[in-house]
Amino acid sequence: MKFSESWLREWVNPANSSDELTHQITMAGLEVDGVDAVAGEFTNVVVGEVIECSQHPDADKLQVTKVNVGDEVVDIVCGAKNCRLGLKVAVAKVGAVLPGNFKIKKAKLRGQPSHGMLCSESELGMAESADGIIELPADAPVGVDIREYLTLDDVTIDVDLTSNRGDCLGIRGLAREVGVLNNLEVNEVNCDAVAPAIDDALPIEISAGEACSRYLGRVIKGINVNATTPLWMVEKLRRCGVRAIDPVVDVTNYVLLELGHPMHAFDLAKIDGGINVRFAKAEEPLTLLDGQQVKLNEKTLVIADHHKPLAMAGIFGGEDSGVSTETQDILLESAFFAPLAILGKARQYGLHTDASHRYERGVDPELQFAAMERATALLLEIVGGQAGPVVEAKSEQHLPKPAKVTLRRAKLDSRIGIHIETDKVTEILTRLGFTVDYANEQWAVEVPAYRFDISIEEDLTEEIARVYGYNNIPNVAPEAKLTMRQHQEAALNIAQFKDVLVNRGYQEAITYSFVDPKIQDQLFPGHEVLTLPHPISSEMSVMRVSLWPGLLQSVVYNQNRQQNRVRLFETGLRFIPDADAENGVRQEAMLAGVITGLRSGEHWQLEKAAVDFFDAKGDVEALLALTADRHAYEFKAAEHSALHPGQTAAIYRGDTLVGYVGTVHPELERKLGLNGRTLVFELCQSEILSLTIPVAEEISKFPANRRDIAVIVKDEVSANSVLQLIEKVGTNHLVGLELFDVYQGKGIEPGYKSLAIALTLQDKERTLEEKDINNVVQIVVQALTTELDASLRD
Amino acid sequence: MNLEEIISQAEQAVASATDVVGLDQVRVEFLGKKGKLTEQLKSLGKLSAEERPKAGQLINQAKQQVQALIHQRGDLLRAEQIKQKLAAEAIDVTLPGRTTEAGGLHPVSRTIARIETFFSELGFAVKAGPEVEDDFHNFDALNIPAHHPARADHDTFYFNPKLVLRTQTSGVQIRTMEVEKPPLRIISPGRVYRNDYDQTHTPMFHQVEGLMVDKDVSFTHLKGILHDFLHNFFEEDLEIRFRPSYFPFTEPSAEVDVKGKNGKWLEVLGCGMVHPNVLRSVGIDPEEYSGFAFGMGVERLTMLRYGVNDLRAFFENDLRFLKQFK
Repeated sequence: MKFSESWLREWVNPANSSDELTHQITMAGLEVDGVDAVAGEFTNVVVGEVIECSQHPDADKLQVTKVNVGDEVVDIVCGAKNCRLGLKVAVAKVGAVLPGNFKIKKAKLRGQPSHGMLCSESELGMAESADGIIELPADAPVGVDIREYLTLDDVTIDVDLTSNRGDCLGIRGLAREVGVLNNLEVNEVNCDAVAPAIDDALPIEISAGEACSRYLGRVIKGINVNATTPLWMVEKLRRCGVRAIDPVVDVTNYVLLELGHPMHAFDLAKIDGGINVRFAKAEEPLTLLDGQQVKLNEKTLVIADHHKPLAMAGIFGGEDSGVSTETQDILLESAFFAPLAILGKARQYGLHTDASHRYERGVDPELQFAAMERATALLLEIVGGQAGPVVEAKSEQHLPKPAKVTLRRAKLDSRIGIHIETDKVTEILTRLGFTVDYANEQWAVEVPAYRFDISIEEDLTEEIARVYGYNNIPNVAPEAKLTMRQHQEAALNIAQFKDVLVNRGYQEAITYSFVDPKIQDQLFPGHEVLTLPHPISSEMSVMRVSLWPGLLQSVVYNQNRQQNRVRLFETGLRFIPDADAENGVRQEAMLAGVITGLRSGEHWQLEKAAVDFFDAKGDVEALLALTADRHAYEFKAAEHSALHPGQTAAIYRGDTLVGYVGTVHPELERKLGLNGRTLVFELCQSEILSLTIPVAEEISKFPANRRDIAVIVKDEVSANSVLQLIEKVGTNHLVGLELFDVYQGKGIEPGYKSLAIALTLQDKERTLEEKDINNVVQIVVQALTTELDASLRD
Repeated sequence: MNLEEIISQAEQAVASATDVVGLDQVRVEFLGKKGKLTEQLKSLGKLSAEERPKAGQLINQAKQQVQALIHQRGDLLRAEQIKQKLAAEAIDVTLPGRTTEAGGLHPVSRTIARIETFFSELGFAVKAGPEVEDDFHNFDALNIPAHHPARADHDTFYFNPKLVLRTQTSGVQIRTMEVEKPPLRIISPGRVYRNDYDQTHTPMFHQVEGLMVDKDVSFTHLKGILHDFLHNFFEEDLEIRFRPSYFPFTEPSAEVDVKGKNGKWLEVLGCGMVHPNVLRSVGIDPEEYSGFAFGMGVERLTMLRYGVNDLRAFFENDLRFLKQFK
């Protein structure tokens, strides 16, 4: 809420500066977001009166005037259309400096002397733009400094109110708060009842008492809607961020700002029969004040007459029943709508109004009469007319009752952690306007109607802590039992995996969890996805099913910035629609990486080779090695929509798919705009986060023997199948197995490859003899021959 | 040839040997099986028995003398040879080694890791939760019923009226308290989402939520722990203030500001005493237990700590930015 400091100080005027005041309310929980001067910096501008005004002899659009500025009469040429004889104006005298360091000097305009300037609001930094010069009231005292006359040494304070403090959405509430903080009495405005001059009244009926427990209506007849809203009111509205519209609306807005109570005025001639506060019928049409046509639903409260809805209660008026330039008689509304009846309703219709903002948060349920009288008095003063009696309709049972809350001494102390003296607590509560009675170690507190946010003990605790000052409460280290938490050695932390990748040259990336559906669909065509109905943009509109879309986009982003060697990884959730999962989506923690560019950074000696599949696979193997169970993971040739069909491995742990590693499909590489071969991997965190705890074995005292064999197999026989077979048949003497060469070319038939494998053989009890060794080798070779159609290389 | 001549010849030959191989030839020439001094020994047979010992002794002396010469020269030559070899093998040790340049953690992760360290030492367990969250855990259980004005403040991404992208990590509090009972100490770092994108907002950012529930936990404790945390985090004696605020799930509630180097206060976290309705919603008796909760914006803390000026840099993943965090 924006408010004018000087308006606030009319209500309560503590002896502190603007800065101190804003700091004080910020520290009380009313956070000040901004402070802006209500006018620009200027000097030497006074109230003047135009005492002569005639057409410039040589310029159609200029007028030549004589202006009385108090101590002299000056010649001024003015270009504003609204400049006229007798007008009270803001005159920048010769020597004045206006905002933007604009200096007023003696001048001649088309031959006529001009010793000053008649100012518009925009020239004084009071508005962005202006139609003409400022028109001051007829009683403005000539010669008085305009800053003083209009109290322009004022600021607009923008306070970011939390949603519980609806009571501060008006000057009166803010003043009360400032009064509490400074221990000062707060002034009140006159809200005495205006005696009815006429008997006209409209019947009012409340059909939805739970939503509207009090509705006041008053007829005012014979108003002049073409009257001008006085400048003081226009200025106060402006300084609170509200534009003047017409005197009736201005008055209702003024009361809204002053007392925090929304008001509404209907054109009496448009009301058929009387007022009924009821819920709308389904699909009932209503044209709102802004011209928008809406179809209401049954949960929307409306102000209706005997035939049709007139307004959306507490939210927005209707166009047809609104005050227009032809209006002569009005019905003024002052009502209490329950927050629950208004909450979320404006939003359903795409609306947010000053009224709905307040009714959603709550207004003082006892303020309707005061607001009605205040508005009536102001209206009669400005637009004239005659007021009828106030007609009240209410639902007694639904009227909010003042809350009674008990605050226990012990609870207060244990909540805050210190003991605040009883007298101090009582004083704070009393200052806050609560009625307090302390007995038996507890306070019985009666809460005033305007503090509808207070209903439980904790609310009072907070009020006391807040007024006592959070920063006067000491900092104390909490105490707790030193119970050791359970730690599992086998539980790996993802941080360890991140460290491995960091040590292998990867930078960690964080990409958005929502990605471009076009890119994701290229990588995962036809994959079911979770779509955001209202995304930031279409490029961020579907939840990722893999970390690859984000990582690959990051690669392109970097390549476009001359970063060609890219190694990135990311951890985070992927989102897979799944009817069986909680909330219909499987949210799985993944670890993914991408590499492209040179294997090593540019180096004076190392080979400048681009990364390939085995670089990525090596990194994955290093990650899996953390589990101390590397052999539980199997890499199988596989296919994946995003990957090169001949360079893709699916990683399994038993029957469970752990993830993939592979080369991005060359076709996708082109479509995504990737520059060069790019490798990706992605692993399911849940499948890698456990460590196999070592079980020590005795080491053999006897020598190990190495035997190298070279076997020729068909191309399509995987190295893994060869090694697995050897492991399977290699007896317990086989303690080591390494594939140390793969050869194709001269001496090997096309379609075949030669694998050189080292077998390490050892026994725990004795030195192996030649025949033992040969036996194992023979078993191995035999198995390879029969099962994989291998032959020994000569 | 007499011995003196042979020795003299040997001296010359040894001196003129320029390498180990040449020296060895000298050795063969004089001391080998057919060497000149060996020949002399063979000629002893021609002498009489009386002359033999004397002559033999002289020849042996000569042999030893030559051997010594060869050894001496050999040592010299080998030393020279090693010297040359070493000189030839000298390299420019300032050339870069064969290394893998280490990468680095994302600055946001780095901050989270530090926060985890601080709180783990105090026995806070690290918890994770889902990011696609139901409105019960994200709102209702946190005392934010449907249509509560605080919901509108959240700029929530809705999938449907019941399902959202979590707007805060506070839901993890609820999920934890649903299955664990006090005393509880947890923190929960993670991604959160708000439908807002401009200079100072990204639609995704990170929070760390903290919760302690025990007997007699008070506001002074909340202040104490957060003071210690902020001083640890910034490693500076920054000015800190607690400002009353409002969150539906805590009461009293506060926002915490630190004073920046420019003298301006910057909000870094929100906190408060857990609202009794929240405790009740997970079956904890607020008469018996109390607790505090806090939530901090990781990006804001990271920006202050490392001097990052543009929030959006965190999610562009520009290597030139990321590589500054080793």
